[in-house]
Amino acid sequence: MAELPSIQPEKRKSARSARWENFARGLYRFRSNTLSMLGLTMLIFILLVAIFAPIIAPYPEDAAGKTRVTARLQPPSEDFAFGTDKIGRDIFSRVVMGTGLALQVGTVIILLATTIGVTIGAISGYAGGWLDDLLMRITDIFLTVPALVLAIAMSAALGKGIINTMIGISLVWWPGFARLTRSLVLSLREEPFVEAAYGIGAGHMRIIFRHILPNAVSPIIIKMTTDFGFAVLTAAALGFIGLGAQPPTPEWGAMINDGRRFFPDEWWIATFPGLAIWLMVFSWNLIGDGLRDVLDPRSRR
Amino acid sequence: MNIRFYILRRIALVIPTLIGLSILTFSIARVVPGDPVGLAAGPQATEEIKAALRRELGLDQPLPVQYVNYMAGLFRGDWGESLYTRRPVIDALRAFWPATLELTTAAVIIATVLGVPAGVISAMYRNRLPDHVARILSLFFVSFPSFWLAMIFQTWFGLDLGWFPISKRLPVLVAPPAATTGLYLVDSLIQLDFETFLVSLRHLFIPALVLSFGAFASITRITRASMVEALEKDFVRMERAIGIPYRIIIFKYVLRNALIATITVISLNFGWLMAGAILIETIFDWPGLGLYAVKASLSLDFQPIMGIAILYGIVFSIVNILTDIVYGVLDPRIRYG
Repeated sequence: MAELPSIQPEKRKSARSARWENFARGLYRFRSNTLSMLGLTMLIFILLVAIFAPIIAPYPEDAAGKTRVTARLQPPSEDFAFGTDKIGRDIFSRVVMGTGLALQVGTVIILLATTIGVTIGAISGYAGGWLDDLLMRITDIFLTVPALVLAIAMSAALGKGIINTMIGISLVWWPGFARLTRSLVLSLREEPFVEAAYGIGAGHMRIIFRHILPNAVSPIIIKMTTDFGFAVLTAAALGFIGLGAQPPTPEWGAMINDGRRFFPDEWWIATFPGLAIWLMVFSWNLIGDGLRDVLDPRSRR
Repeated sequence: MNIRFYILRRIALVIPTLIGLSILTFSIARVVPGDPVGLAAGPQATEEIKAALRRELGLDQPLPVQYVNYMAGLFRGDWGESLYTRRPVIDALRAFWPATLELTTAAVIIATVLGVPAGVISAMYRNRLPDHVARILSLFFVSFPSFWLAMIFQTWFGLDLGWFPISKRLPVLVAPPAATTGLYLVDSLIQLDFETFLVSLRHLFIPALVLSFGAFASITRITRASMVEALEKDFVRMERAIGIPYRIIIFKYVLRNALIATITVISLNFGWLMAGAILIETIFDWPGLGLYAVKASLSLDFQPIMGIAILYGIVFSIVNILTDIVYGVLDPRIRYG
């Protein structure tokens, strides 16, 4: 009797290695995309600036509000590359020292918003029924008003300061993630592998975390990346209004607010923090755009 | 399902959301750790004066009672009053709202006029130079902090070049046109006052342009994506096969199919830009809701903030309903329901 051809063990790829292969392929596509590599390069530059800020900044103590009365409102020069502000602080040092803060702000907002949003979205999509209805109505309430308006109200209520700004923005930023996750879970829930997992007796938690969410990661990561820049922009906007970071925190939006009175005569005070925000947001947008191509091939053909 | 029933149903669905929104804003306004009343009464106010002010504003009552009173007021057209100016919120909203509406609408129009053709060109020259240029430009501009770019543009176009006025809706000496809608462009046309029309258009242009940058990228992207999708449909191949000129296929058949997705994004952008207007208004001293909102939020004056949030919610809901109706007009296949 002829031997039945057995399934070669090395051909049965585990889900993990298949995922890894997808990742490697995606990485290749990402690397061959000039614009996203440009964005990544910019972001690495920003990260390096943030890490080595105390070394790069010629006057790191200016971030804490040290004054230099003899050098008020100096235009850019050899001593002060980006000029000085109304109490003589070096703008270059403050912009450099603010880099880490901006990255932290974006990271905290996006991580908090993703955690809240993905949890609510996953519960909503998986449970269905009245719980889904209830959670989605709550999400709708947040989505009826533009995030910035609610963020202003939240930050005003919580009180000024960068920590409250981050909390306030996160509390209005999650609904987008909830909607996205719910729609992903809704379609994944019907997949045969989920049914199979249910069939062999896997619990709800295991199904959600081991079988559904890993397959929903790509769109969520795309949204996290593209939202990062806009979260930084929103925090800067609150700082600019005067609700966010308070002096002497070297927050870029607050620095623009500070320089507004002196614009355009002492243009450097507001100009350089603005360019810094732009660089940060632009790099994240380029990366997000590239990731979208890689992880969601339908979006770009 | 007939369209009137459909619209009524949509409106009915919006009401619980708006009630939820009023609960949300009310809760935000009441968790304030600071002491708005103490702030408003001034540093010299005694406890009795503060207590009297609280009683007058109904702030000494239990929260649920306060909320019910507030809701009842909303329906009567009494949206509370500002702690500082003691002016009714609804009057302020009425006075400031048209300026914000005019600015936002102009920005949405500019973003559409620039973004849709950019998306169409990107799709026609997919993965070639014009596509890349449109993509870079839209990401380039959307990344600027709008309030910062507003300052720069104000200086360049207003001060240095002198092409446009630097602030406000009209020069001090020009009387606003008789208010029918509160939109100066519309009102001046109704009055056939073309001079005022042009002057207010010049005031509007730069703020609206800066505001529009926030919407340019998403409109371009969705137009491009849905054009690409529509271009691959069988009917396009068929039309090309029977010899219909490419231009006609693009503009008459493909674009119409692609626009449905674009319209959703445009209506979403309307809401976002309405919020973005808050920042632009502070730079251009544009007498809209934004200036009012910023002042109120800095002084913990929550009645106006609640009013603004609810107004934004109502407007955004109306825009969404209108969008759904436009869908039906553009695409008869969409069954209402």
